[in-house]
This record gives sequence, C-alpha cells and structure tokens, in this order.
Amino acid sequence: MNPTDTTNRPGVSIAGVGAQSTGAPTPDVADPVMELSGVSVYYGAYEAVRDTSMPIQEKQITAMIGPSGCGKSTILRSLNRMNDLIPGARVSGSVTYHGQDLYTKDVDPIEVRRRIGMVFQKPNPFPKSIYDNVAYGPRVTGMKVASMDDLVEKALRDAALWDEVKDKLKTSGLALSGGQQQRLCIARTIAVRPEIILMDEPCSALDPIATAKIEDLMSELSNDYTIVIVTHNMQQAARVSHYTAFFTAEVDERQERHGRLVEFSQTGKLFTNPADKRTEDYITGRFG
Amino acid sequence: MSTPTITTETRPDPSASGNALTQRRSRPGEVAFRLAMQACLLIAFGVLAALLTWVLVKGWNRLDSRLWTEMPTGLVSRLDGAGVQSALVGTLWIISLVALICLPIGILSAIYLEEYADNTRWYNRLLELNIQNLAGVPSIIFGILGLGIIARALGLGFTVITAAIVLSLLVLPVVIIATREAIRAVPQSIRHASYALGATKWQTVSRQVLPSAVPGIATGSILALSRAIGEAAPLIVLGAVTFITFNPDGLDSGYTALPIQIYTFITRSQSEYTELAAGAIVLLLAIVLAMNSIAIFVRNRFEKRW
Amino acid sequence: MSTSTSNAGSAAGSALRRGRRRPVDSTVKVLLVAAALVSVATTIGIVIALVQPTIGFFQQVSVVEFITGTSWTPTFAQKAYGVLPLVAATLTVTGVALTIAVPLGLGSAIYLSEYANPRTRKVLKPIIELLAGVPTVVYGFVALFALNPLLQKWWPTDNGPAFQNLLIAGIAMGIMIVPTIASISEDSMAAVPRSLREGAYALASTKMQVSTRVVVPAAMSGIVAAVVLGISRAVGETMIVTIAGGLTSDRIVLNPLEGAATMTAFIANISSGDIPVGSLDYDSVFAVGALLFLITFALNAVSIRMVRRFREVYE
Repeated sequence: MNPTDTTNRPGVSIAGVGAQSTGAPTPDVADPVMELSGVSVYYGAYEAVRDTSMPIQEKQITAMIGPSGCGKSTILRSLNRMNDLIPGARVSGSVTYHGQDLYTKDVDPIEVRRRIGMVFQKPNPFPKSIYDNVAYGPRVTGMKVASMDDLVEKALRDAALWDEVKDKLKTSGLALSGGQQQRLCIARTIAVRPEIILMDEPCSALDPIATAKIEDLMSELSNDYTIVIVTHNMQQAARVSHYTAFFTAEVDERQERHGRLVEFSQTGKLFTNPADKRTEDYITGRFG
Repeated sequence: MSTPTITTETRPDPSASGNALTQRRSRPGEVAFRLAMQACLLIAFGVLAALLTWVLVKGWNRLDSRLWTEMPTGLVSRLDGAGVQSALVGTLWIISLVALICLPIGILSAIYLEEYADNTRWYNRLLELNIQNLAGVPSIIFGILGLGIIARALGLGFTVITAAIVLSLLVLPVVIIATREAIRAVPQSIRHASYALGATKWQTVSRQVLPSAVPGIATGSILALSRAIGEAAPLIVLGAVTFITFNPDGLDSGYTALPIQIYTFITRSQSEYTELAAGAIVLLLAIVLAMNSIAIFVRNRFEKRW
Repeated sequence: MSTSTSNAGSAAGSALRRGRRRPVDSTVKVLLVAAALVSVATTIGIVIALVQPTIGFFQQVSVVEFITGTSWTPTFAQKAYGVLPLVAATLTVTGVALTIAVPLGLGSAIYLSEYANPRTRKVLKPIIELLAGVPTVVYGFVALFALNPLLQKWWPTDNGPAFQNLLIAGIAMGIMIVPTIASISEDSMAAVPRSLREGAYALASTKMQVSTRVVVPAAMSGIVAAVVLGISRAVGETMIVTIAGGLTSDRIVLNPLEGAATMTAFIANISSGDIPVGSLDYDSVFAVGALLFLITFALNAVSIRMVRRFREVYE
C-alpha cells in the first residue's frame, strides 16, 4: 500500500474482528489461510481492481458482494491464478497461501489450482459421463486412490448428489438439470480434495429451489473446506457467509472505472452495522 | 450413510503445501506434446511452402511476357516461343460466364432458403440436404453430368458455354452456403425493426438484410470463382485436352483453360514441357491466391460483428 | 400478418384486410424458388446422366463380375470389367493420404487452437485457408516432378518407387488435405466453450490434459466430420492420381510403390481419349462414376450428420 495517496482515497475499514456475528460461529481471525495485500489486477494497461487487502479465514465462508463491474470476480480469479489464462492479465501486490506468495516465479499454477478449486457461474460439466466428470480431476492430477469408484461416490455424496444420480453414473453430465449440474461441478471440485473452494456466483443461473440446495451444501462443506463465494445476491451472502467483503466500482480522475474493496468484516456486523456509508447505501438498496 | 475410505495422502497437507507449491514440477510430457503439435504445423505448411517455392524456381525462366503473348504448341522445337495465351483467355472467358451464371442463382437460392423457406417443410429440408451433398460430390462427376446431359443431350457440345455451365453448377453450393451464412449473421432485430416500420418482406431483405451481408457474400463468391478457375477434372471429361492455338471467340467456341493446359503439358513426356508447365502454374497460382487473399481480406476486414 | 378484423364496420378495419397485391414481392418469390430449384435439377441431372449409361453397361456386364472381378481392362483386346483394382487403388491412395493428413492436420489444429497466441493464430488461420485453395493440378505436378524424384533418390533399397506410384500420389494428396482438416478441426475446437477449458484448468489440469482430455473429445464430432470430408475429397480427387498415380488396372495392385489407376484416374484417362458414344467403354465411365457417386454420397451423409451434431451440442 502506498501511504501517500491514502488521503484522497476512501479507506478500507477492516472491522468487526472478534465481534459476535449472528448465526456464524466466532471465527479465529488470527490464522488466515490466505491473505491478500495491496492486490491490483490489470488487463493490459487497464487496472480492473485496485489495491485490495483482506484475509481469507480457514474453514469459513467468505463472501464477496457488490454491484456488477466492481471486480469481485476478478479478485476471486486471482486467488488460484485463473487470471493467468487471460492474455494480458497481470497481478500486483501479494496473494499468500499459508504464507507462500502465489505469484512468485517458482510457484506452479497447476499445483495452486490443485489446492484451490473453483466452481463457475454457469454450470460447466464436461460432455462426459457423470462418473468421468468426477473422476477427471483425480485422474489428471495423478492422485493415488485405492478405489476410484469409492472416491466418486464420496464426492457425489459430499455434494448431496449421490442419491439422485447413483443409478445413472454412465449418463452424460449434460443430461442433468441446472442445479444438479452445478452440484456435479462441486462434486468434481471436491474430488481432488482441495483445501479451498472458490465459487463465482454459483447460483446465478439456478432457480430458488436449486439455489437453496447449493446454499445448504455450502454450509455443510464449510466444516471441511474454506470457501470463498462471489455473489450479487446480498441475501445469499447474509445467509451463508461468515465474513463479507463489499466491493464497489469507482471512477477516477481519468474517467476510468476501477473496482475497490470498501469494507471487509464479519457478515453480521457488515449487514447490521456497516462502517462505511457506501456499504450502508448498497445493503439498504439505495445504490446498486 | 456409508463413507468410503479415501487414502490419506490424497489431501495435501496444508502445512506442507505452502512449500510443495514452489517445487515447480518439470513436465517433460507437456513440453514434448507442445513441440509435437508445433512440428505438425511446421511440417505440413513448411513442405507445402517448399513445394510452391520449387515450382516458382522451376518456372522462373518462363515468367516473362511470352507466357501471355504466345500460344501453346505441341511441337518441342517451337517450345521456346510458346506460351499459354489461349488458356489464359479461355480461363477469363469461362470465369466471366461462371460469374454471370452462378452468382445470381447462388445468391437468390440462399435468399430463398434463409428468408422465405419454411424449415419445417420436408421439401425445404431436402433442398438444404441436397445442397450440402452437392458440395461434396467429386468434381469429375460434374464432368460426367456435363458430358452426358449438357454437351450431348442438350447438344451444346464441347464449348466454352458447356464448360462454364458445368463449373457454375460445381461451385454453386459454395456460393449458396457462404451467402446463407452471411445472411444468417444479420441479426433478427434488424428485420423486426424493418417490418415494424411497415416494410414488405422483399423491401426488408433487399434494403436491410442484403446490404449488411455484402462482405460475406463477396467473400463466398470470390472463393467460388477461384475454385472454378483451378478445376481441371471436369474439363478433362469434357474433352478439353488438346493444344488449342486460338482464343475463344464466342460461347460456342472451342477452348482450353489454364489448369487443363498445365495438365496437357505434364502429360507430354519431353522434359522441356516441365518448365513451361511450372511457369503456367505460377500464373495460375498467382490468380487463384490473389483472389483468395482478397476474399479472406474482405471477410476479416469488413465483416460486421453484431 | 393479421387479417382479423372483428370491427369490420370501420373503414380502418377494412383497410387491414388482405387483398392488396404486391406484384414485386410475388415475382421475387417465383425467381427465388426457380433459383433454388437449379440445385435440385443438378442432382437430378447427375442421376440421369449416370443411370442411363450404367443400365446399358450392366446389360452387357453382370453386376457380380463388376463388383467381384479382379481385372479392369476395357481398353485391352481381352476385355474385363471387374472394378476391384480401381477400388483398391483408390483405397490405397486414400489410406496413405489420411495417414499423413490426419495427424498433421489435427496437430496443427490443436497447436493453433490451444497453444498459439492470438496474434499468431490471426496470421496463420487465413494462410491455411489460402493454401486450401491451391488447385489440385499443382499437387499432381509437384508429386510427379519434385516429390517422387526425392523419394526415389532416398529410397534405401533397389526396387524403389516407380515413375508413377500410389505412395507419392497419396503423400501429395495428404499434403493437399491437411489445410482442410486443420481448418475445420480448428473451427470445432474454437467452438468448445471457454467455460469447459476453465473448468478443467480449475481442476489442476495441464495444458496437454485440457487439450487431449477436454477440448479434443468435446470437438470430436467436428473433427470426425473434417476427417470424413478429407476422405471424401481423397476418394473424389482426380488430378493428382491421374498425373502421379499410374494407370495399371489389369490386376489388383497392393504395393503402393507401384502405379495403379484409381476410379477417378480411370474416368479421366479414358474420357480424354476419343470414345464412341454408346460403346461399352463409354458406358463403363458412367458405371464407375455411379459407384464413385454412391461412395461419396455415403461419406457426405456421415459428414453432414456429424457437423449437425456438433452444432447441436453447443449452440
């Protein structure tokens, strides 16, 4: 962070540490599994997100909310180096995982994605069988498994999909409903036993019932996994997450839009007692 | 709920994983695969480029005005003063006629299929399948069509007009398919806007849809004509393999064309003909590749992205 | 176009009724239908042109002899009309061509679609399309005068390739088909949604794994269509085999180092001479043509179906 421009820049309030949040158990803030500090993401010369700093707590659900174009998905994709796949994308600042900066030269992005999985906005099962979809990850990463059948079953059970598909594991993943496809994608992700699961608006293409199932699943999974979810649905963030980061888009003096992190805090605190006026406007519906 | 056992090493140990991340695994298979794929591209197109260069070198001595000012000859002794003028003029005749015959029919067919035909009707679907199939019929079969029907049954004989009709029918599917794609790329909203202003169907098609589709239609048309210029097989069946030393003077005239003339040179056993064949190939390639370049340029430059 | 005029009393309502004639529109429609019928007439013309002489042919030659005979000698004194030598030569050349064109074309497509940076792809893709337009007589020429002398020079043993042979015709044809297979395969790989690649990368796949396990399988029907189209072009290609493939047809030639006539080469060769209309030789051209038409028709049907399937999956 550059201290000289803090004066004309709205501060980021990291608040609510230790405060009692509603619903969620009191998190242990002292030991974040990931930490972003001063992260900016560029596409070519354009700075899409500016100077983001926040922790990701182990085995908690962290939500990123904000209006469209605020850079929340961009930040999410910087957490497992998915941005590498976009020509011209570049990250400055540091993203650490267990203290290791993910963007140093010697870091293997494929190893990063093995530990930090991702579920996408639109369900994207491979045009393969349900079984092969789940077995794909363990196969490509060369996991040593005693029984692939057991691993597939476990992953599908963990994703609350097993009972619906156990009799048709050989049928195409594309034949499932949208909500089932998304749970298949979650099963596929947890089959490689990652430590962290990133979810990029995982329910935006789903109906309310399918959404409720995925939300239940997220709460269940947070016993074993650290989850970071991007959502444009404030209620969803309030329902499922322990921590929430509010992003917004700002126009700078050169008329360029940049995403900014406005406020990061425990979810209960952010929604009941936001520290920043812009957060309050957004969650009360006056903006966005 | 039974919980199948998973061997313990499948889950990376969080405390150790920070270190393992930085042991960047070398993946020799990855590198080899990438190189193999790159090699495929280099070999395929390197060989092709080398061959075309070889033709250029081989025909270099013949690349002068003789090529288009002199007539072909069957006599080796006169070969030094020979060229391919009658073939070049024949090709120009044929291709002008193909443009006149094939382009209007092809474009109108495409308009019918895209804008007027009801796709749920079996006859329209059959029409479409028929065109797709015609696109894959070997060119020599079109020669047989020309021989059996156009030259003999219709009595047009082995003339410029027979060749032009056969080549028009041969490349007709190319024009139709390209034009349909260009028309399909024009968004529905443009048509709806025109209808909402009270335009008739033909007004909408002719004033809104077609102008937007011109680059795609132009590209398809040029590619089709360039393919017709390079085709030799149907003309062989149509009996065009002789030394013709006059330029065509009408639709019912005898003719030769560049690819046929090249074939005729090649079938001569005397090696002196090889050079002249190479020279004529350079001329043919120059025409065909120039047309294709223009077509691809037009498509990439002017095609609208909606 | 609504014609419902429930308020039929009012003047405005009756003006909405059909009945206004638009002569331009109806004339145009007749023209359009007429144009579209030309392609139907073409197919009918092809069938008529083939069927009549073919029937004449089979009145003199039995179907069994045609499809099982192992000697094709219409120009010899001792005439035989077994089509197998022509079919065998066609298959040999096609086999050689595919052995070269499928790996090279597919490899080029994978490189272009998955590895090449966007700028390289933008330059290379049009060049490939450009090369797909090189006339086939050119490939025949280079096969005979450039490739075959090289092959003969480098051949390790004494009994090397003949002046015209199936191997060199197949190699030239393979080089000819590469741009077609590369271009269509690349199109179908490019049509695989980005989201599938991202899904695979997010599961810690390497680039090779994404290419071979996700992109290629997802693009498979397009790739198969490209290969089938390649086969169809190889089977129907005339100039290369006529120039460089040889003329032998009195026996089945299995050694690709020898020359032999394919179906198309036979048609081109015999019809460039003077053959009397209505003779058995004349009719034999059409019988072979009919067989060729049927084979490519079947191949086209497979290809059309495949292309349709890959369009359905992602569009």
